[in-house]
Amino acid sequence: MTRSSLLALVVKIVLLAFIDAVAVYAAFFVLLQGNLVATVAILVVTALINVVYLARRRFLPAKYLTPGLLFLAVFQIFVLLYTGYVGFTNYGTGHNGSKEQAVSSLLASSLVRVEDSPTYPVTVVDRLGQLGLLITDPEDDTAYVGTADEPLTEVDAEFENGKAVSTAGWTSLTFQQVIARTAEITELAVPFSDDPNDGALRTPDGSSAYRYLSTLEYDESAGTMTDDRGVVYSDIGTGAFVAENGEELRPGWQITVGGDNFVRALTESSIRGPLLYVTAWTFAFAIGSVVLCFALGLLLALTFEHARMRGVRYYRLLMILPYAFPAFLSILVWGGMMNESFGFLNQVVFGGADIPWLSDPTLAKVSVLLVNLWLGFPYMFLICTGALQAIPGELTEAARVDGARGWNLFRHIKLPLLLSTTAPVLIASFAFNFNNFNLVYLLNNGGPRDTTTSLPVGHTDLLISMVYKVAFTGQNRDYGLASAFSILIFVIVAGIAIFSFSRTRALEDIQR
Amino acid sequence: MTTTAPAPVQKKLPRRSLVAWLADTGWRHLVAIAVSIFAVFPLLFVISSALNPNGTLTGSNALFSKFGPDSFIRILTGNQTPYLLWFGNSVFIAAVTAVASTLMAALAAYAFSRMRFTGRRFGLITIVVIQMFPQLLGAVAIFLMMTAIGDIFPVLGLSSRLGLIMVYLGGALGVNTYLMYGFFNTVPVEIDEAAKIDGAGHARIFFSIILRLVAPILAVVALLSVIASFSEYLIASVLLIDPESQTLAVGLVKLVSNPRYADWSAFSAGAIMAAIPVVLLFLALQRYIVGGLTAGAVK
Repeated sequence: MTRSSLLALVVKIVLLAFIDAVAVYAAFFVLLQGNLVATVAILVVTALINVVYLARRRFLPAKYLTPGLLFLAVFQIFVLLYTGYVGFTNYGTGHNGSKEQAVSSLLASSLVRVEDSPTYPVTVVDRLGQLGLLITDPEDDTAYVGTADEPLTEVDAEFENGKAVSTAGWTSLTFQQVIARTAEITELAVPFSDDPNDGALRTPDGSSAYRYLSTLEYDESAGTMTDDRGVVYSDIGTGAFVAENGEELRPGWQITVGGDNFVRALTESSIRGPLLYVTAWTFAFAIGSVVLCFALGLLLALTFEHARMRGVRYYRLLMILPYAFPAFLSILVWGGMMNESFGFLNQVVFGGADIPWLSDPTLAKVSVLLVNLWLGFPYMFLICTGALQAIPGELTEAARVDGARGWNLFRHIKLPLLLSTTAPVLIASFAFNFNNFNLVYLLNNGGPRDTTTSLPVGHTDLLISMVYKVAFTGQNRDYGLASAFSILIFVIVAGIAIFSFSRTRALEDIQR
Repeated sequence: MTTTAPAPVQKKLPRRSLVAWLADTGWRHLVAIAVSIFAVFPLLFVISSALNPNGTLTGSNALFSKFGPDSFIRILTGNQTPYLLWFGNSVFIAAVTAVASTLMAALAAYAFSRMRFTGRRFGLITIVVIQMFPQLLGAVAIFLMMTAIGDIFPVLGLSSRLGLIMVYLGGALGVNTYLMYGFFNTVPVEIDEAAKIDGAGHARIFFSIILRLVAPILAVVALLSVIASFSEYLIASVLLIDPESQTLAVGLVKLVSNPRYADWSAFSAGAIMAAIPVVLLFLALQRYIVGGLTAGAVK
């Protein structure tokens, strides 16, 4: 065994050991969370990795494919499947945990101090960043400790003037630390016992705690919540406690709602309307962008297709600059230039006009296309130049001999050849623009905002930015609905993909 | 459009009239100048406002009227804007993503191009299909998944640069492998066989022979990856919550989110500094990119 192969072996073993250690740690944690399927999956995959890399002279392709395959499996394939799953749930603001979490959160959020509560001397303690309360029962001087998740349990503690001040495994906070974490401490509610109806202890000042009871009462056997007015909220299968008059307690919890999100998207008019026109605009935008950029790029390529012209190099350099400049920055710059009251276009180019570049629904669409033309034409120019040069000279010569000139030569000889060679690029460009999130979101936030719908949607929003807004902006994040939209886009993109497969040779290359 | 075809080749004339010049090359210069102005003026605007010490958007409208380094100093030292941190984060994320994704894609492309195994065809088709689905669409699922991973490994969870890199690695793999696979096929198999006869193992053939021969495509894929992750906004904005961990894209967007009150020239200064490395890299490797793009397009 040579030195270099020994080194390779050592590197291999160290890397494998690292991966195994991480995997075992992860598996242990996932098991603690009670997710058996994920635990088994992690262990099986790790075992396979070890087999692949430790076996000598076997599984050769797998040795090369495994790193990529792992990332692809987790961050593309799993993400795809998980998106599908979330699309069938009500996941989102007010529905992002289990039912138990919802119950304890409801009870905790409606806590009210018990008027005749005894005063419990308290020491704020910390364990690995998690705050706890070390309290002393004033009646029998026993010490208890608990956190937001763990109810009070009796512990041995050291006392000072009848107050427990420290206990093993916990760090007592100094006065300064208590001041620094006041907000966190006053938020803290430590459950009194395993039964959530027993209420909790809270400390408004970090030195004494009081008993708090919830105004809601949870009846576990009936699965209902009752408030102090006697109104009964029951679980009717919608992922929340609902009163008879339809009033809902928030937060609710996460449930599978079947096709509800899709049904809502296609039947509820306040969602269907925006979904339809956003889809129409997405297609119009993607097709319009490709056509415009291709037309300008082709025009330029034809313009420069002339040996005697001078300075072509410098023109080319200037025209490539928009392509070289990072797109998100140029989009932001365009956004500033198109500002209605202060922007460069209105103030300087149009001499103080008030053209609503970004605030008029129709003109905003034109502006988006204009900016995308600026961003995209250099690429098409490069592609068309290459494609024009690739047309054999004999072909155009032959056409000339047959009497074709000018427009006819272009229309019947060059254009068909160009279109057939650039078709894959045009399709790829369409697919890119179909999901051109950066442009519409950074230029104008998808705006102007459509005020006729409750969804946070604007007149230039594409499907992808609509997904983003429904999921991550506004008061109500609706992951379920956003994922349902994502699935609809998947279906559309898949249709385009199948279409483009039938038209290009992408798959034929593989046949070799 | 009737004039777009090349004008008939003229023999050298003693004098050319203006009309003849216009019909021959003159109109070409007119088109070129018009498009050049369209291409360059937003860039002139941002350079001018970066050099302008005044802060506002309105103040930036008089091109090249004032000069001063103030806005550069403001963006570099401002309390609200950890610009250098953002810059470092962007460079770190873009560089690590580029190197790792290029290497992983090269490994996979080598296997697909040089080895024959069961599932090869299926694997290739899967890659072609998967690269059609942009990772952006899974943003919600990625956010939920990274939150869950963060519960186990806080280093990889929300606001983690490593976590974001891992997401990018998964997303770019399909496209990159597919690009490289085609290029690997153009390297003659005889070279591998000769090396094999000389006693080289598969790892040695890959690392010391093949990787050098495919260097141009490695450069293109790495550069495209740098540009893509440098500009990526959606996933970065969802995952990077803590301002110290954000990238230039997320930070600068936040900076001008309200154009009326934004310090426009400080933003411009930041934009110029962010763009310079990318533009230089692009212009330096331009030949490869244009070659790579047109080779892919015009087979």
